[in-house]
Amino acid sequence: MMSPAHYLFLSLALFLIGCIGVITRRNVIVVLMSIELILNAVNINLVLFSRIFGDVAGQVFALFIIADAAAEAAVGLGIIIAFFRNRETVLADEMDLLKW
Amino acid sequence: MSPTTHAILNFVVTWWVELVCGVVIVAVVPLIAGYVVLVERKLMADMQARLGPMRVGPHGLLQPIADAVKLLIKEDIVPDNADALIFWFAPVVSMTAALTSMGALAFGPAFQVARDINVGILFVIGVSSLGFLGIILGGWASNSHYSIIGAIRSTAQLVSYETAGGLAIVCALLLSGTLKIRAIVDVQQHDGVWFVFLAPVAFFTYLVASIAETNRAPFDLPEAESELVAGYMTEYSGFRWALYFLGEYSNMIVVASVATTLFLGGWLRPFPNVHWLNWLDFLPALLIVLVGVYCIHRAGKQPVPVQTWFMWAVALACFAVAAIFIAPWIFAPLKFIVPGLNGAFWFLLKVSAYIYIFMWLRFTLPRYRFDQLMHLGWYILIPLAIVNVFAVGVAMLLESEFGWNRWLALIVTTVFTLAVAFFLVYSHDKRTAAASSATVDTTDSYAG
Amino acid sequence: MLDSILFYFFAGVAVLSAALMVTRRNAIHSAVFLITALMATAGIFLQLRAEFLFVAQIIIYVGGIMVLFIFVIMLVRLDVAIHQIRFRMQKWVAGLVALALALEVTVILLLARRLPGQGLLIQGSAPADKLPPNSEELAKSLFSSYLLPFEIASVLLLVAMVGAVVMAKNKKRTNES
Repeated sequence: MMSPAHYLFLSLALFLIGCIGVITRRNVIVVLMSIELILNAVNINLVLFSRIFGDVAGQVFALFIIADAAAEAAVGLGIIIAFFRNRETVLADEMDLLKW
Repeated sequence: MSPTTHAILNFVVTWWVELVCGVVIVAVVPLIAGYVVLVERKLMADMQARLGPMRVGPHGLLQPIADAVKLLIKEDIVPDNADALIFWFAPVVSMTAALTSMGALAFGPAFQVARDINVGILFVIGVSSLGFLGIILGGWASNSHYSIIGAIRSTAQLVSYETAGGLAIVCALLLSGTLKIRAIVDVQQHDGVWFVFLAPVAFFTYLVASIAETNRAPFDLPEAESELVAGYMTEYSGFRWALYFLGEYSNMIVVASVATTLFLGGWLRPFPNVHWLNWLDFLPALLIVLVGVYCIHRAGKQPVPVQTWFMWAVALACFAVAAIFIAPWIFAPLKFIVPGLNGAFWFLLKVSAYIYIFMWLRFTLPRYRFDQLMHLGWYILIPLAIVNVFAVGVAMLLESEFGWNRWLALIVTTVFTLAVAFFLVYSHDKRTAAASSATVDTTDSYAG
Repeated sequence: MLDSILFYFFAGVAVLSAALMVTRRNAIHSAVFLITALMATAGIFLQLRAEFLFVAQIIIYVGGIMVLFIFVIMLVRLDVAIHQIRFRMQKWVAGLVALALALEVTVILLLARRLPGQGLLIQGSAPADKLPPNSEELAKSLFSSYLLPFEIASVLLLVAMVGAVVMAKNKKRTNES
């Protein structure tokens, strides 16, 4: 196992790229995918510390995050499909019904 | 010697078995898949009272080589508006998933590529299920109606039946208590009984689910030629199509190996613990000798001289292999190869039997319509699989907490599961009968 | 030595795929690069000796969630990329946020080195050979200490499934005379 710094910087890099994706992209589906990337970065951190301290709780938590991400992706994509059926768009710029 | 060279040499020396096995898998399995295609064509011909491929090579044995050469020299057509990156990527994913999942399988007590992974069976299931990423990406990238519809249908079918198959596997895992492939077979040897006799409904569920997962008839609507041209493979020609096709047949081998490991006792002979049946250990050699004798018997009746010589060559090869099997009994120092060799033989025999059942069903049963297929998967197989997991769990609880006899508990719960299965099929039949009678009562199109 | 080669390979693939994912114009390309990023993350899990999580990541994330994403992208595919006047300051905002977060985390990591007994080089982690079997440990902990979250997660998945089906269902009702 390498030193923890390597894994922490990797997880930081993935987290930042995910944040950039969430803020920058117009396509809402790509925004959801960037959120999945953020969750994976957090998972790497959890598994790293579970390995260091020998406590399996980190991996259990990571497993719950994966299950949760599945549920969230399903619901989020259901919302997108329902919205697309009504407004024919998936670009974040055009989802402005609540704008004043 | 520089440290990097030293490190590389160290790596090669430690892992050379795995490297060689990996290379062998990548090189040999496509060839074997090609010969499985030939076997299927010959079996189909036999069941249809004809001869099958006979022209290329003696008895058509060079047919896969000819097919491979033909596919390699075909023109590589990429459709006009197709997404080039994904068009290239999709068959690669399909083939890679099938071959990688073969890496964790154990083909005998001595043949396993990766040293026993802790999560062996789950790895095989998970990676082989990556194959349908290749299917959906390929169908989308072809930019054609038939491809997309075929890809969506195929993926929907695969996802539905993978759930049922996974739950059937969970039954076997409940009985074995571990995910390691070698440990599962060891538990079957320790108990002295294959898991198929302890959980037959699970084996049947996995059989049906694996037929659907490899897109074989009667579940081959997504790729049947009379339905959707070739489904997701329509726009692929030449070697890309060959990759898809070989990926499908390699997947068949993987699924058969998983079923053999979990349910049919892996590399164990029938009745592995019964000592007075130890003479069954000579059965592999005996069977091969019988095949050789049959070849000699038929050699005289061949119409063409080259086929006669070929039959004699096959007979000699059979006798040579049988000699290798018998040699350890004669030369005592060679005894260490007996378990590995016998185990590999039994394993291959069971995998071949499982694939033979696949082919037999293909030639016999008509195709399922897509809505019937989805109904079978979601309304019948998945509830049955869930009830089966529950039943096997209850049986194990009865055995451990209440002290029931293991066989009694399992028979009771199997009867319960079969009752549930009959109820599900009966309600399905009533539903289809009601639907068809409802349509009969409506407007008569020839009236007036 | 093998450990570090594997780590750099998986880390490189992960970061490269993630960077490609957020920059592709085609959504399916983004999905494919996310698949490679997730597989690389699974490789990192394997390298950290979390074998069950490695397989769970492949089965659930790549085999389930990404297939769902690809289906939805295929369903809502827009043929024409519309170039309109849009808010262009996003890139600077994103860059600023990323820089701020990066600085924050780097400062924390570097400051931790000063604390006695802690910091980036944590002693006492078990060598790889003597780790208990991963699936058994995870199962023991999941079904004893973490049983309640496990049951709640199953209810959560059921609720999400029902919700997704309800929302995505086609609500047209045709009246048959």
